[in-house]
Amino acid sequence: MSTSVSLSLRDVHLAFGRHQVLRGVDLDVARGGTACVIGPSGSGKSTLLRTVNRLLEPDRGDVLLDGRSVLRDDPDALRQRIGMVFQQFNLFPHMSVERNITLPLRRIGKLGEDEAVARARAELDRVGLAAKADARPAHLSGGQQQRVAIARALAMRPQVMLFDEATSALDPELVKGVLALMAELSAQGMTMVVVTHEMGFARQVADTVAFMDAGVVLEAGEPQALFESPQHPRLRRFLSQVL
Amino acid sequence: MDPLRTLWETFFDWESMREALPEMLTVGLPNTLILAVTAALLGSALGILLAVAGISRTRWLRWPARVYTDVFRGLPAAATILLIGVGLAPLGMQVWGPNPYPLGILALSLIAAAYIGEIFRSGIQSVEATQLEAARALGFSWREAMRVVIIPQGIRRILPAWVNQLIALIKDSSLVYFLGLLASQRELFRIGQDYAANTGNQSALLLAGLFYLALTVPLTHVVNWIDRRLRQGRPTAGPTDDDPDDLDLALPGAAGGNQR
Repeated sequence: MSTSVSLSLRDVHLAFGRHQVLRGVDLDVARGGTACVIGPSGSGKSTLLRTVNRLLEPDRGDVLLDGRSVLRDDPDALRQRIGMVFQQFNLFPHMSVERNITLPLRRIGKLGEDEAVARARAELDRVGLAAKADARPAHLSGGQQQRVAIARALAMRPQVMLFDEATSALDPELVKGVLALMAELSAQGMTMVVVTHEMGFARQVADTVAFMDAGVVLEAGEPQALFESPQHPRLRRFLSQVL
Repeated sequence: MDPLRTLWETFFDWESMREALPEMLTVGLPNTLILAVTAALLGSALGILLAVAGISRTRWLRWPARVYTDVFRGLPAAATILLIGVGLAPLGMQVWGPNPYPLGILALSLIAAAYIGEIFRSGIQSVEATQLEAARALGFSWREAMRVVIIPQGIRRILPAWVNQLIALIKDSSLVYFLGLLASQRELFRIGQDYAANTGNQSALLLAGLFYLALTVPLTHVVNWIDRRLRQGRPTAGPTDDDPDDLDLALPGAAGGNQR
């Protein structure tokens, strides 16, 4: 794993047309730390995640990796440093599991065929799917597909990992395996931002939990404090609904 | 004379067919294939460019592609072939002499490109936007993401429609006869028609029709085969939803939610 970096969002604003989705979000994740972002749907969590790797460009504010702004970096180069995992896995369906991983390694990472295959196999082994290297994504379960997606992101040796509701599309019995893998990554010191509805995960794994509503972080802190004694009334209402 | 017998001989006079057969095989068939295959290659290449221009983020690419498609899809094929084949003939005369083939192929390609471009565009646009997002998130540039992730998926989905367009091209290649062909330049239809005109018997034209069917019917079955295969996928094991690994890795209570 390449060295993790710290991540900071400063006063991030973003509007889609006249609709203000992010209204000044601040978030800090220490090097090797895990931040979970929780909140009702439509609160801007996924949008926030996409400003980190600039799939969406913030209108205002700053995104810092190790204290340095990345808004002027080449976005493609920036995204190589930041792995992202999606709700719908988004594996490339027209190629094998292994090629899903070697394609970006070869095209973007400029690795040779042998090296790319070796790394893909190692990452698949790490997520427990070495036997599925030749399968097409459609022939895997949702949980397996998501683990391949995580392996694909990890193979690029990212310094930060973003998870956008990575388990929301999974059948309940498949959720645990993916969460366990994410917890393992967190324990190994990967800097992670995890948008999730899994409160148990947030509680056990996160160093920081941020509650978002209507485009702002209303409350953030250590999971213990945030879950045990929520201050903001909207957070209290949210927790009473989801727990 | 028995009218039924007359009717039969008008279409199924074996003698007329036998007379026309050698020329159809040695002249007509190769010429039809030259016209159709060349126009298919050119039309598909131009069609891909049109499709990419049609979904470009630049208005100055999108707009001309739109207008081109409207014009060439909206004109009758016969009009386009005449306009280009006759209209540009003086120009063509200087470049490659009195051969109507280049302009005929150009006209066929331009028409095919308008349809094929639309087919490719719809295929590319049918690929979920999340695929592009995933590719971009990995660090692919827009161009590279389109090339290795989006377009290959889109093209797979439109293969049947594309083959249909090739069938249309084989048939439309007969329209090149408008441009006036030397004996050695005649394609299937023209040869059939010439024999029919000379003898007043339609059997040779019917034979030409059989040649077209021999080309197009197998292609329609190829379409159906591709379609079926795309729908059902290759025969392999189905998804395995019982996933013991998932449970082995289980984090106690992680998915439980309520831990208070």
